[in-house]
Amino acid sequence: MTGPHDNAAGRSFRQPYNFAYLDEQSKRMIRRCILKSMAVPGLQVPFGSREMPLAYGWGTGGIQVTASVIGPNDTLKVIDQGADDATNAVSIRRFFKRVAGIATTEITEAATIIQTRHRVPETPLKEGQIIVYQVPSPEPLRRLEPRDSETRKMHAYAEYGLMSVELYEDIARFGHIATTNSYPVMTNGRYLMSPSPIPKFDNPKIANNPAIQLFGAGREKRIYAVPPYTQVQSLDFEDHPFRVQRWRQCCSLCGATDSYLDEIVMSDKGRRMFVCSDTDYCTTRRNHGHLGPDRGDPADIELLLPSKIATGSESR
Amino acid sequence: MAYVAVKGGEEAILNSHGLVAEDRRGDPAVPELTVRQIAEQFGLAVDRVMCEGSVYDRELAALALKQAQGDAVEAIFLLRAFRTTLPRLAVSNALDTARMAIQRRVSATFKDIPGGQILGSTYEYTHRLLDFDHLDIVDCDMPKAKVADDPLDPTFPRAFDSISDEDLIEAELPEPDQSPVFDLTRDPLAMPAGRDQRLQNLARGDEGFVVGLAYSALRGYGAAHPYVGETRVGDVTIEILPEELGFSVSIGDIIVTECQMLDFFGGSEDEPARFTRGYGLSFGKSERKAMAMAIVDRSLRCREYGEEAKYPVQDEEFVLSHTDNLEAAGFVSHLTLPHYVDFQGDLQFIRQLREEHNRRRSSKEAAE
Repeated sequence: MTGPHDNAAGRSFRQPYNFAYLDEQSKRMIRRCILKSMAVPGLQVPFGSREMPLAYGWGTGGIQVTASVIGPNDTLKVIDQGADDATNAVSIRRFFKRVAGIATTEITEAATIIQTRHRVPETPLKEGQIIVYQVPSPEPLRRLEPRDSETRKMHAYAEYGLMSVELYEDIARFGHIATTNSYPVMTNGRYLMSPSPIPKFDNPKIANNPAIQLFGAGREKRIYAVPPYTQVQSLDFEDHPFRVQRWRQCCSLCGATDSYLDEIVMSDKGRRMFVCSDTDYCTTRRNHGHLGPDRGDPADIELLLPSKIATGSESR
Repeated sequence: MAYVAVKGGEEAILNSHGLVAEDRRGDPAVPELTVRQIAEQFGLAVDRVMCEGSVYDRELAALALKQAQGDAVEAIFLLRAFRTTLPRLAVSNALDTARMAIQRRVSATFKDIPGGQILGSTYEYTHRLLDFDHLDIVDCDMPKAKVADDPLDPTFPRAFDSISDEDLIEAELPEPDQSPVFDLTRDPLAMPAGRDQRLQNLARGDEGFVVGLAYSALRGYGAAHPYVGETRVGDVTIEILPEELGFSVSIGDIIVTECQMLDFFGGSEDEPARFTRGYGLSFGKSERKAMAMAIVDRSLRCREYGEEAKYPVQDEEFVLSHTDNLEAAGFVSHLTLPHYVDFQGDLQFIRQLREEHNRRRSSKEAAE
C-alpha cells in the first residue's frame, strides 16, 4: 500500500522484508531454474512462482527473476512498452528501490539489469547486461492447443508442424503471416519459444545478442532463457520470409527512422503524430541534437516530453 | 453441539439462529460496526453487492453485508430477496455514459489520448505490502490527494473514437426495431439470447465466475485477444421519461464502471478486417467485473462473426445458465438437505449390482 511513508525504505514496517523482497531460499530455487534454462535455450522450466505484492499479469515473473539476480551494486532500468515513465515501469522501479535500495537509471547503457514489458531497447545491449522479460503467455503453442499436457509432449518431440500450419493458414487467408507480436521463434534450432509479446520488430534483436536474456512468467510458473550469442530464428517460409513492421513516418520528436513508433492521437479531429516508443532512445537522440522534421505544435510536444530531459542516474 | 435430526427441528433452527447472531456480533467487548462505517470503508464490497444484487443503494448493500458477516454472496442474496418486493415504478432512459463525470479513465490502445489518461483511484500501482500502520486507529488527518481544479471536459470523445472515422472499429448502432429491452428479472432466460439479455445476465453474474470465464478466454480456452479501448469510472445521470410529463427528468446520479474491449477481427467474405467490441457495465467501482464482462460478451458474439465456437466461454447456454451465484450457491448448498430417500434407493441398487457382479465372477471362476 502506498502511504505517507512510502519513500522511506521500510520505515513504516514493523517487520522488515528481505533484500529484494524474496527470501533467500526462494531466490536460490529461481536461480537454479535460471541456470537450467540457460543450459537449454528456449526450454520452459517450471518454477515455484511465489505470490508477489503486484497482481499477476503485471510482471510478477519478471520481478521474481530480477529479485533473484539483482545485487546491491546493480543498476536497474525498468521499461513498459519501451517507456521508462509508464505507470507500470515507475511502479516496479519504485518497488525495487524500496525493497532493495538499489540504484536505478533510465539510460539503457548504464543499466546492468533491464526489466522490460513488450519491448527490446533500441540501443544495442552489451555483454554483462541482463534483460528480464515479463512474460504473460510463455507457451507459444497455447492458442493451438490449450492443454499443457499436450504442449509439453509437442515440445519433447519437437513436433512443431501445427505452428507452421497456423502461419500457412494466415498466408492462405490474408496473403501474409498475421502475427504482429509474440511472433514465434526457434531457439538454438531446438525449442519453439514465445519471445513474449514484443512486436515482431524486436525479434531480430533477440538473436545473437551479447546480453543474457531471461524470461519470467509468474502466473504460468515458467522461466526460460536465451544465453548470449544464441541463434534465434523467427519462423517463416522461403517464399514468405520474415519481415518486420515499417513506418512511412520518422519519429516526430527525434527524427529516428530505425525505431518502433507509437501513434499518438493529438486531437479528436484525427490529428496524429508518431514518436519513438523507446523513451530513452528518443531522449538521447534529441540530446545529441537530432530533431524530427515534423514536430507538430510545440505545445503538444511539451506534453509528451518527460519532465526531465537529461535523465541521469537516480540516486539511491 | 450435537446435530439432532429426525424430529424437533424447530428448536435446532432457533438455536442455529442464535449461533448465527453470536457469530455475527463476535466479541461483545469490541464495538459494533455501523452500517455507515461499512458503506464508507468497505466501499468496494458494497459496490459488488449492489452490482450483483441489482439494487443501487449503498445503505441497503452495507446493511446486507453487516448482516451477512461480510460474505458477499449471502449479502447479495439478502439484497435480491428484498429487491423482489419492490414495485417497478419506471424504466429509465438509456444511460449516456459519454456524458460522465469521470473519476478514472484509461485506454490501453493509444499512449496519449485527447483529454489524457486519468488514473484515478486504483490499487493497480500500489505494492501489495501489508501496511501495519492500519493496525492502529489514528486520527483522520490524512493529506488529501491532489485533484485537478476542473473536472474533465465531458465532451471529449472516447479514447478510440479517433480511429472509428476510419471504420477500423465496429460501429455500435441501436437495434433497428425498437422492441422493449428484455428484462431478466421478470422473464426467464430465452435461448438464443439477445445481447440485452446477455449483458443483463453478465452484469448480475457472479464476479468470480465471470472473471474465471474471461481468464479462460484469454489463456487459451477461447479466442480473445482484447485491448482495453477504454475503461472509465464516474457519475452518470439517471433520467426517466414520465408519460404524463412528456419530457425527461433527472432522478439522480449513480457511479458506474464501463469497459469497452476491442478485439481483433480478421474479416470475412462480406466484411473487412476491423476491431470488434465487447461491452461491460457495472455499478460503482467494479472494474474487474466490467472488464471480465466485456471479454465474455465478446466471446459470446463469436457466432455473429462466423467464428467457430469450441470453448466453454463461447457457449451461450453454458455461460448464461451458470453465471448467477444465487442459483449456483443455492443448488450446491441444497445438498445439505436430507436425501435419505434418494440415497436409500441408490444404496439398494449398488448392493444389487455388487451381488450380480460377485455372482458372475464366481460362476466364471467355477467354469475355469
